[in-house]
Amino acid sequence: MPPLALLLATTRLVSLSPVDISIIALYFIMVIGIGLYLRRFTTTGEDFFLAGRDMTAWIAGLSFLAANLGSLELMGWAASAYQYGILATHWYWIGAIPAMLFLGLVMMPFYYISKTHSVPGYLKLRYGEPARVLSAVTFGFMTVLMSGINMYSMALVMKIVLGWDINFSIWVSSLTVAAYVFLGGLLSAIFNEVLQFVLIWFGAMLISILGLVEAGGWSGMVARIHQNFPGQDYTHLWSTLGHFSDNPMGIHWTGIVLGLGWVISFGYWTTDFLVVQRVLAAKDLRTAQLAPVIGAGFKMAVPFIVILPGLLALAVLPEHLMGEAQANATGGHSYNEVLPLMLARYCGPGLLGLGITALIAGFMSGMAGNVSAFATVWTYDIYRPYIKPAATDDHYVGVGRWSTVIGVLISIGTAYLVMQFLSIMDYVQALFSFFIAPLFGTVVLGMLWKRATGPGGFWGLLCGTVSSIGMWLWVKVDPSALRYVAMSVNAKDMAENMYRALWSWIICVTVTVVVSLMTRPDPTRSLAGLVYGETNIPSNAAVPIYKRPLFWAGVVAVVFVILNIIFW
Amino acid sequence: MHGHKGMISIWFFIGVLLLAYGVIILGASTYYAVNPPEHPLVLANLHAGVYWGALLMLLGGIYTIKFRPGSATRL
Repeated sequence: MPPLALLLATTRLVSLSPVDISIIALYFIMVIGIGLYLRRFTTTGEDFFLAGRDMTAWIAGLSFLAANLGSLELMGWAASAYQYGILATHWYWIGAIPAMLFLGLVMMPFYYISKTHSVPGYLKLRYGEPARVLSAVTFGFMTVLMSGINMYSMALVMKIVLGWDINFSIWVSSLTVAAYVFLGGLLSAIFNEVLQFVLIWFGAMLISILGLVEAGGWSGMVARIHQNFPGQDYTHLWSTLGHFSDNPMGIHWTGIVLGLGWVISFGYWTTDFLVVQRVLAAKDLRTAQLAPVIGAGFKMAVPFIVILPGLLALAVLPEHLMGEAQANATGGHSYNEVLPLMLARYCGPGLLGLGITALIAGFMSGMAGNVSAFATVWTYDIYRPYIKPAATDDHYVGVGRWSTVIGVLISIGTAYLVMQFLSIMDYVQALFSFFIAPLFGTVVLGMLWKRATGPGGFWGLLCGTVSSIGMWLWVKVDPSALRYVAMSVNAKDMAENMYRALWSWIICVTVTVVVSLMTRPDPTRSLAGLVYGETNIPSNAAVPIYKRPLFWAGVVAVVFVILNIIFW
Repeated sequence: MHGHKGMISIWFFIGVLLLAYGVIILGASTYYAVNPPEHPLVLANLHAGVYWGALLMLLGGIYTIKFRPGSATRL
């Protein structure tokens, strides 16, 4: 996720009419109504934490994507597109599609067949308790921190765009999320995420359509960008990545391919329980494999509503947007305001309400993803094994419901903490490289290498995490260390995060391999259903080709390659 | 698998919301097309709100009917 820098202006960008307010109010009534309706269907732990494992591929796939499509994702990447041009698309294509297909085709069988409730739960089955505890604790910490930071940022956006009070935004939106997840658990979160996904598309798509009409299509837009910003290349994906100093991100193609496309992307999309939980709710293995493929298909299209508005703003806005500090000093508009500015440019009463609802929906889908995943990991991976091991299923459902509320309250506390200590915002991007990159090394070795042992998995995960934090501290203390950690003193924050993630993954894998080879192999029978070679994966031979995950993954992969060539 | 027999499809809820939004947006946009504001938006002459509202209404109506409670259709 991009850093959404602090928004400190005090004037509002748009004013809502009663029609817009009614559209927003209808949305809140609907999401609470869905939560109330679904409460009767969430009576068991399987219902509350895994939505009864009854979701179709479409619902699981869209929910899988929507949990990631937060409002900061929308606004932050639109801002990045204005700042860095089409390079921001890498986070949607190479930074997502290969990993999502890998999850569906390679990793999902092990998650699904092992019948785990969570990613830490898989680590328990594969490596034992120590790896589970380490993973559960770091995931819980990361989840509530991210949730709180996103909550604060969203409230700040609402203050800037609409003039809403920060406290009002924080409490109303987060308590709404708490209510519907409390009532219906993951089932309610998934239902609302699909609803939110649809609203995000209908709320944001019109900006791109009208922007293209105004700019005179793609070629007209490119011509206008060249006219407005002579000498700068905003519309090529790969051709400017030959050297760190040739592009505004200060990144080399190796950083994009290995750091983003491999470690960060695979780490996030295949091991972050926030998204994986949605796919675990699928009704059977083939559905679970198909869901990430469907998600990948839609993910490829998201730049149309996120990146394109940023590019169109470069072409059609009469003023040049600027960095936060400069905007504050001059009273101009910052990069982060690009999406609301484009919304206000084209959308009148009604449409404006729909656009704002899309932003609120994005925030709530992201937050619901965080709290439902937090409730599951807390209940199944910390509370049940260490606090109350032999309670009834009803008891754990109750714990899950209340841990949802507690997770939201901790997130709200974090939001207020961020408000007091704004510098926390600068560190949030580093969290992914701390926890997710090494976790990917541990999980993928566990699934694909029989010889990986419990001690190997635990020590690899621990060393990867500690080394990542260590590298981050090293650069903080001695900025010149950037030339070792990120391969260049020209590397910007994003590039540093990517290379640090890559190193920590390599350290995790190396330690796991070395320790595993030095320890006694796990008995083969304990690996059944958990690792390649010891798992009986059902064949899809009897299924028509158009229903096979492999076929659709091939289609998505071909489109992915074509898109990268077109925008090379 | 536990199953959720008798549960209303999510697509029905989405259809109802889109239908309601379509009616509101079409109504508001038609009003502003007939009574244009003092400072019109860029491309206001295209009346995008009218078409978008109609599209939402149409899609919402189709989904509401297709996935209504009791219907066998389930995606």
